[in-house]
Amino acid sequence: MFDAEALIIALTVFVLAIFIGYEVITKVPPTLHTPLMSGSNAISGIVIVGALLVAGQDDGIAGQILGAIAVGLAMINVVGGFMVTDRMLKMFRRSGQK
Amino acid sequence: METTHLFGVNGMNITNAAYIVAAILFIVGLKQLGSPATARNGNRMSALAMLVAIVATVVGNDIASWEFILAGAIVGSAIGAFSARKIAMTSMPQLVAIFNGFGGAASAVIAAAELIRLIDNGADIAQDVSITIMASVIVGGVTLTGSFIAYGKLQGIVPTRPILLPIRNVINVALLIGMIASTVWLVIDPSMTAFMIAGAIALALGILVVIPIGGADMPVVIALLNSYSGIAGAATGFVLGNTVLIIAGSLVGASGLILTRIMTKAMNRSLANVMLGGFGVEDGAASAGGDDDRPVTSIQHEDAAMMLAYAQSVIFVPGYGLAVAQAQHQVRELADLLKAKGISVRYAIHPVAGRMPGHMNVLLAEANVPYDELKDLDEINGEFQRTDVAVVIGANDVTNPSARTDKSSPIYGMPILNVDQAQSVIMMKRGMSSGFAGVQNELFFLDKTQMLFGDAKDSVEKITAEVKDL
Repeated sequence: MFDAEALIIALTVFVLAIFIGYEVITKVPPTLHTPLMSGSNAISGIVIVGALLVAGQDDGIAGQILGAIAVGLAMINVVGGFMVTDRMLKMFRRSGQK
Repeated sequence: METTHLFGVNGMNITNAAYIVAAILFIVGLKQLGSPATARNGNRMSALAMLVAIVATVVGNDIASWEFILAGAIVGSAIGAFSARKIAMTSMPQLVAIFNGFGGAASAVIAAAELIRLIDNGADIAQDVSITIMASVIVGGVTLTGSFIAYGKLQGIVPTRPILLPIRNVINVALLIGMIASTVWLVIDPSMTAFMIAGAIALALGILVVIPIGGADMPVVIALLNSYSGIAGAATGFVLGNTVLIIAGSLVGASGLILTRIMTKAMNRSLANVMLGGFGVEDGAASAGGDDDRPVTSIQHEDAAMMLAYAQSVIFVPGYGLAVAQAQHQVRELADLLKAKGISVRYAIHPVAGRMPGHMNVLLAEANVPYDELKDLDEINGEFQRTDVAVVIGANDVTNPSARTDKSSPIYGMPILNVDQAQSVIMMKRGMSSGFAGVQNELFFLDKTQMLFGDAKDSVEKITAEVKDL
C-alpha cells in the first residue's frame, strides 16, 4: 500500500503535526487541562475514519464485524468525548457572568 | 473513481481536500482551547472537524455495506451520549480513562481487520504495512488494558496500592522479547497467529505496566494513556495511508505527553520513577506521621469565622479531600459571603490538586466559582505574603514547606503552594495523618497555623453560619 515516497510524506506529516500540537497545546492554561484531555480524547476518535473504511468493505464477514466493533468503539469516544467536554466548558464563567 | 466532478477533480481528491479542512479545524479548535472564553467554540469546531472527516470518508469511498456501519455507529453513539450526560464531575478521570481504552481498542481492532483483508487477498504485504499493523495493535492493546486497570484503581475496584509481582521485571522483559519476536515473525510471514500473539502480549503488558503504580499517581498514567490513544490513532493512519488520522492522532499524542510532563514536574518525580511504580508503599521509615507528638494549635468554627470575617484577603487552597467531601458548593457559598463583606477571595490550585490535570478547576466551575478567581501556582505564590488568611481544605503534601527547606525530605524540590507565608493559616483536616507521600507536614506545627479538625463540608457549613451571624 505504501511506497517509500508515500512513507516519507506520511512521516513528514507526522513530525510536523507533533510540532504544531506542541505549540498549540502548551498555550492551553492549566484551568482547562481536564477539558483538553476529554476533548483530545474525542479527537483520538478520528480512528472512526479507519473503522468506516474497514467496515464498509465487502471482502468478508470477519472484516465487517470487526469494522462494526471499531466503529462502535470510536463513536463512543467521539460522541461521548465532545459531549462531556461541552458539558464541562459550559460551566466555566467569569466573575459577574451569569 | 471514474466519475468526474467539478473542475475535473476526481472523488478521491475531494475527500483529501475535506481531510485538510478537517485537520485545520482540529488545530484551530485546539488553539481556541487556549482561553476559557473561546474554549466552548473550539470544542464545537473540533466536533465539526470530526463530522467533516466522517462525511468525507463515507462519501468519498465506495461503501459496500451500511448495515454494519450503522449498527456500530448507533450503539457507540448511544453509549457515548449516555455516559457523557450521566457522569459525575468527580468521576471525570474514570470516564477519560475508559474512553482512552476504547480508543486504543478501536485502533487494535482496525489493525486486525486490515490484516485479515490483506491475508485474504493473498498478495504480498509490504514490510512497512505489517510493521505499522503491529504498532497499531501493540499500542492499542496496551492502551486498552492499561486504561481499564487505571479505571479500576480510580474507581476502587482494583486495589489502589501498588501491586508488585515478585519477578515482574523478568516477566516484562520476556513479554517485550515475545513482542519483538512476533513482530519479526509477522513481517517475514504474515499470519493471524503472529498477530494474535502480539495482541495478547500487548494486553498483558498493559495490565502489568499499570498495576505497580499507586492510586495517587493515576493522573500521570491517564495523561500518558491519553497520549498513547493518540499515537495508536496515528499508527492506524500509517496502516491505512490516511493523513487526517496521522495529524489528529499526533495532536492528541503531543497533548498527552505535555500533560504527562506537567504532572510529573508538579509531583517532583521523573516519568521513569512513576512507571517503575511502588511509590507510596509503606516501608516504615517514611510513614513517621503518626508518632509525632509536637503540639499543634487547634481552633473551633467560631474562631475560624472570626478570623475570616475580619480579614482583608483570603486564599482558599482546595485539595482532593474537598471533592471527596463534596464541599465545593459550601466553600463557594462561604466565599460569596466574604466577598459581600468586601474581602478579596481567591483560590490557589496546585497542578495535582485533583485526580487528573485541571480536575479541581472543573469541580469548582461546577460549583459556580468564576474561573478568574482560580489561580495556578505561579500566579498565586507571590500573593501569600500579602494575604491575611489562607484556608487549606483537604490538601496536604502540596502545602508542606519542607519541600523548600528540608533537603532530606522525600518531597524536597516539589513545587508547593507557599501557604506558610500567609499571615495566618487555617488547616481543615480530619486528623493528623500524613499525605500520600507519607511525610509529616511541617505547616501543622507553625505558630501561625490553626488546625480545624472534622469533616470539611460540615466545618465549612458551620463557619458560614457563624459568619452570617457576625
